[in-house]
Amino acid sequence: MSIIKADKLNYDYLEYGEDGEKPEITHAVRDVNLKIREGQFIAILGHNGSGKSTLAKHMNALLVPTGGTMWVDQMDTHEDDEVWDIRQRAGMVFQNPDNQIVSSVVEEDVGFGPENLGVPTDEIWKRVDDSLRKTGMIAYRHHSPNKLSGGQKQRVAIAGVMAMKPKCIIMDEPTAMLDPNGRHEVIQAVRDLNKSEGVTVILITHYMEEVIYADNVFVMDEGRLVMQGTPREIFSHVDELHELRLDVPHVTQLAHALRLKGLDIPEGILSIDEFVDAIMKIRDGGTEGRSCQSD
Amino acid sequence: MFKDITIGQYYPADSLIHKLDPRVKFVGTLIYIISLFVFHTWGYVLGTIFLFSVIRLSKVPFGFMVRGLKAVWILLIFTMVLNLFLTQGTVVWQFGIFHITREGIGTAAKMGIRLVYLIIGCSIMTLTTTPNKLTDAMESLFRPLRKVHVPVHEIAMMMSIALRFIPILMEETDKIKKAQMARGADFESGNVIQRVKAMVPILVPLFVSAFRRANDLALAMEARCYHGGDGRTQMRPLVYQSRDYAAYSVLLAYLAAAIALRAVLRW
Repeated sequence: MSIIKADKLNYDYLEYGEDGEKPEITHAVRDVNLKIREGQFIAILGHNGSGKSTLAKHMNALLVPTGGTMWVDQMDTHEDDEVWDIRQRAGMVFQNPDNQIVSSVVEEDVGFGPENLGVPTDEIWKRVDDSLRKTGMIAYRHHSPNKLSGGQKQRVAIAGVMAMKPKCIIMDEPTAMLDPNGRHEVIQAVRDLNKSEGVTVILITHYMEEVIYADNVFVMDEGRLVMQGTPREIFSHVDELHELRLDVPHVTQLAHALRLKGLDIPEGILSIDEFVDAIMKIRDGGTEGRSCQSD
Repeated sequence: MFKDITIGQYYPADSLIHKLDPRVKFVGTLIYIISLFVFHTWGYVLGTIFLFSVIRLSKVPFGFMVRGLKAVWILLIFTMVLNLFLTQGTVVWQFGIFHITREGIGTAAKMGIRLVYLIIGCSIMTLTTTPNKLTDAMESLFRPLRKVHVPVHEIAMMMSIALRFIPILMEETDKIKKAQMARGADFESGNVIQRVKAMVPILVPLFVSAFRRANDLALAMEARCYHGGDGRTQMRPLVYQSRDYAAYSVLLAYLAAAIALRAVLRW
C-alpha cells in the first residue's frame, strides 16, 4: 500500500523582480508521479534548485500543489480539514538544527509535537522517553539544545517527530550543515528507525554516500522526476548523473573510470568491499585480466 | 555586557522556594511589592524580616541577590537625590538654592529601601524559577484575560521562544562582529556617536538572520502540528501541592499583617 502518492503534481509560484517588473512564473515541480510504499527507505537526489525541497514540503501539506494531487496515507493534501492528520502521519525534519528546536530543554522539545496533538500528559511522557531512547538521546534529556553538537540536535529533532508517532519521516537535507561525524550519526539513527520501527523514511540529500542504503532513489532535475530505481541501477548511469550535475560515490566513480579503460568490472559498484571483491575476482580469473598484469 | 543582569537568571538549588509552584512565587512577588507600598515607617522591619527569611529558605547566596542591584544603581541614586533635595518641609541644611528637609531625608530613605527591596524581591523569583516555568505560570495566571481577547498563550509562547533564541543570537552577534572586524571594522575607538554608528553593520545582518530563523522556526512548528493554544495539552501541567497552599496562607497572613500595621498602629 502506498503511503505517499503523487499524481501529475505541479507547483508554480510567482517570482517578483527587484524593481516591480512583471512577476515571472517559476515551475518548481512539474508533472511528478510517484508512489512510495510503507516501510521503504527512499532517497531523493537533485542539485540545488531541482525542486526536491519543494516536493518534500508537499508531503506534509506545508505546500499544496497548484496542479495535480498529492495523497498522504490516502488523504488528499487539498483538504483543509485533514491538514493536522497529515502532518501527524508525515513528520518533517529540516536542514538547520537550531531553527527547528522550540524549547530550551531537550525533553520539552520532544514533547512539543504531542502537546500540540492534545495527547494526555502521562502518554506524552511515555512517548518522550520512548523516542529519546530510540534516537539514543536519553542521556541528554535535561540538557539545553544549545550545548549539543549538530548531529545530536538533529537526533533531538528526529525524536521530536517520532514522538508524534508518524508513519513516515521526511528529511529535508538533514545533514547539510553537519560535519562528517554528525552526518554518520544522523543517518545511522534514521536507518535504525526504518529497520526496527518500520517507519517510512524519505531522505532528501545531495550526499551520495547516504543514498546507497536506500531501497529506492528518485533523481530530480528542474522540477521533473528524471530517474528512478535502486541505488545500483541509478549509479550504473554515471555519465547521466554527471550531466545532471550530481556526483557519484568515489568508489563508483573509480570503478566506472576503470571500466572505461577496458577493465571488466560491473557497473553500479556502491561500496569499497564490493569493489575489492570485483577486483579480486578479476585477478583470480587469471588470464583474461587484461590490464591487471602489472601488479 | 549581559553578565550583570541577574533578572532572568536561574540559580539551581534544592530548596523549598525552588520547589514551590511558579504561580505562588509570581503572586508572592506581587504581594511583596504591594506590601512595600503599604508600609510607612516601622513596617519596613516586617518587610525586612520577610525578605531575609525567604532568602535563607531559597539557599541562594546573598551576593547573587545583590548583583541584580548593579544594573539599577544609577536609577537608585538619581531617585534618592531628587527626593532628598526637592521635598518641601522643615529645612535642616541649606546651601544657596539647595536645601535638605527632614521630610526629604525620610522620603529618600523610603524610596531607596523600596527600590532595593523591590529588585531583590523580583530577583528571588527569577533566581529560583526557570524561565520556562515562569512563562507557564504567567500563561495560567493571565488565562482569564482571554475573555477580553488578550492572546495569552501566544504571548507566553513568544516569551519562551525568545528565551530559547537569546543565546543563539548572541553567538551570532559575536560571529558577525568578528567577521566585520576581520574586514577592518573598528568598534573600539571614537566617540559615542561613532561607536553607535559602527554597530549598524552588526545589527543589519543580525536582523536579516533573525527573520530567516523566525521563518524557518514557524515552518518547523507548523510541521509539528502547532496551531495555537486550543486543544493543546501540557507536558508539565501546573498542579498545586499542599506546600503551595501553605505558602499562599503565609503570604496572605503577611499581607494582612502589613495592612494591619499601617491601619491600626499607623506605622
